[in-house]
Amino acid sequence: MSIESKQDEIIEEFETLGDDKWFVLEYVDDLGKKLPEIPKEFMTEEYEVKGCQSKVWLNAELKNGKVVYCANSNTSTTKGLISLLVRVFSNESPNDILKSEVYFPEKSGLQRFIGTQRSGGFAAMIKQMKLYALALSSKSQTDA
Amino acid sequence: MSVVTDISVNEIRKQFPILNQEVNGKPLIYFDNAATSQTPQVVIDALVNYYQKDNANIHRGIHTLAERATTGFEATRKAVQQFINSNEVEEIVFTKGTSEGINLVAQAYGRKFLKEGDEVLITGMEHHSNIVPWQMVCDQTGAKLKVIPVDKNGEISIDEFASLLSERTKIVSAVYISNSLGTINPVPQMIELAHKAGAKVLVDGAQAAPHHQLDVQKLNCDWLAFSGHKMYGPTGVGVLYGKRQLLEKMDPYQGGGEMIKEVSFAGTSYNDIPYKFEAGTPNIADVVAFKAAIQFMNEVGFEFLHHQEQTLLNKGREILFDIDGFLPIGNAKEKASVISFLIDGVHSFDLGMWLDAKGIAVRTGHHCTQPLMDHFNIDGTVRASFAVYNTLEEVERFAEALTDIVKKFRK
Repeated sequence: MSIESKQDEIIEEFETLGDDKWFVLEYVDDLGKKLPEIPKEFMTEEYEVKGCQSKVWLNAELKNGKVVYCANSNTSTTKGLISLLVRVFSNESPNDILKSEVYFPEKSGLQRFIGTQRSGGFAAMIKQMKLYALALSSKSQTDA
Repeated sequence: MSVVTDISVNEIRKQFPILNQEVNGKPLIYFDNAATSQTPQVVIDALVNYYQKDNANIHRGIHTLAERATTGFEATRKAVQQFINSNEVEEIVFTKGTSEGINLVAQAYGRKFLKEGDEVLITGMEHHSNIVPWQMVCDQTGAKLKVIPVDKNGEISIDEFASLLSERTKIVSAVYISNSLGTINPVPQMIELAHKAGAKVLVDGAQAAPHHQLDVQKLNCDWLAFSGHKMYGPTGVGVLYGKRQLLEKMDPYQGGGEMIKEVSFAGTSYNDIPYKFEAGTPNIADVVAFKAAIQFMNEVGFEFLHHQEQTLLNKGREILFDIDGFLPIGNAKEKASVISFLIDGVHSFDLGMWLDAKGIAVRTGHHCTQPLMDHFNIDGTVRASFAVYNTLEEVERFAEALTDIVKKFRK
């Protein structure tokens, strides 16, 4: 499934949830709970995404030419939001990640959960994910 | 008014149209008053009336509208003078808020008079706006910034403060009421001790002005800074009070129109106080409307304000402290109507989001007091801050909402 298709799928999911913030938060919270555990060695300052109000740890590795991300956060809402980014970008090629545009938060109504306070942090997560894609892309080219 | 009744609070609430709305499908409970309080209809009307009838630039125009705008602007200065009982109306400088007032003193007084070896003393519970301007001026002058430590209850000790005072202390800049914890500092005693040591005292009154009758002559502070938007007034209006002899010794903070007497390419002479600190066109409309906020506070009266807010605080302490995992941050004996807390196992950001889903507005995070958060070894709190229009029923609903959220997280 392409990055765009995954984003469209998320938009559709959130459309069916409706406007009740409590209900949507519960859904986001559940998504966070389903996010695979990040290995403890990556929950250090080295892997922290700078610019987020809450703590976010992120790492990525290349598996069969695709980037696989793992992440965690100390707040459940942020964990849920980052799980969506992991879903969108994981198992995609570095090149596809780098050229992609993230549009699902605005179109799904999730922007109101990110808010003006968190939008900088959310943008920092996307930037960090793309930086990992760039680094892994360069590494794979060097290795080849 | 001296007796608090539900009827009188309900009458007050009716004057605040913003409170009569639903947020996320629930009736709004606004507990973020320490950040910005809401404005009564009289303030909104004053603002609208100014733009509909009197809008013009002040002080220099000779036409009728300019005269009306000037009269309105200066009438607020007079109202502020009476509100804080300053000796003279010229001791009232309009700023855009408390931060600007503190920056003004740091630059216009501190930069001129501080020198290497001098000390500036602040408390460990200051808002960043009462830390950073002093760090900047200390960097510029070689003076040293010293901090009065805060204890586990979120209080400072007057003895510890006294021990830090010396002939090197030139400025003490202290918050009267902590925005993060609600702690009321022993500012009158601090001023007395600081003056004995030969230091000047600036009081950050941002959280005090909405809750306490401030009498600058009685307090004998050298400067007092506060903001309109925390005392039922518009945003973008602040006040810096300063004793005449100090304001006169201070250099202008910014250059521009209004603050000059004469300008030529050979040199400029400055206007008298307070105008020499009010360069450029000020926030005329909001200053004019601020008078209505002061009148509102005067009509409600500090006795009623204090009683109502303490009633809400006591109710909050009584019922919130029973919630599973509730951890209050700051247990000062003298406290304003602020409850800062954490819930064990639930991050403050999450609590803020879930409370918002229930229509409850609170502040989460470090509240611009990161050094204080470091002292408690936390990255932030949830802060519920009450105003005169809040009700006991709202505090009860807040406790119920928190209980629901905690139950959800404990599943």
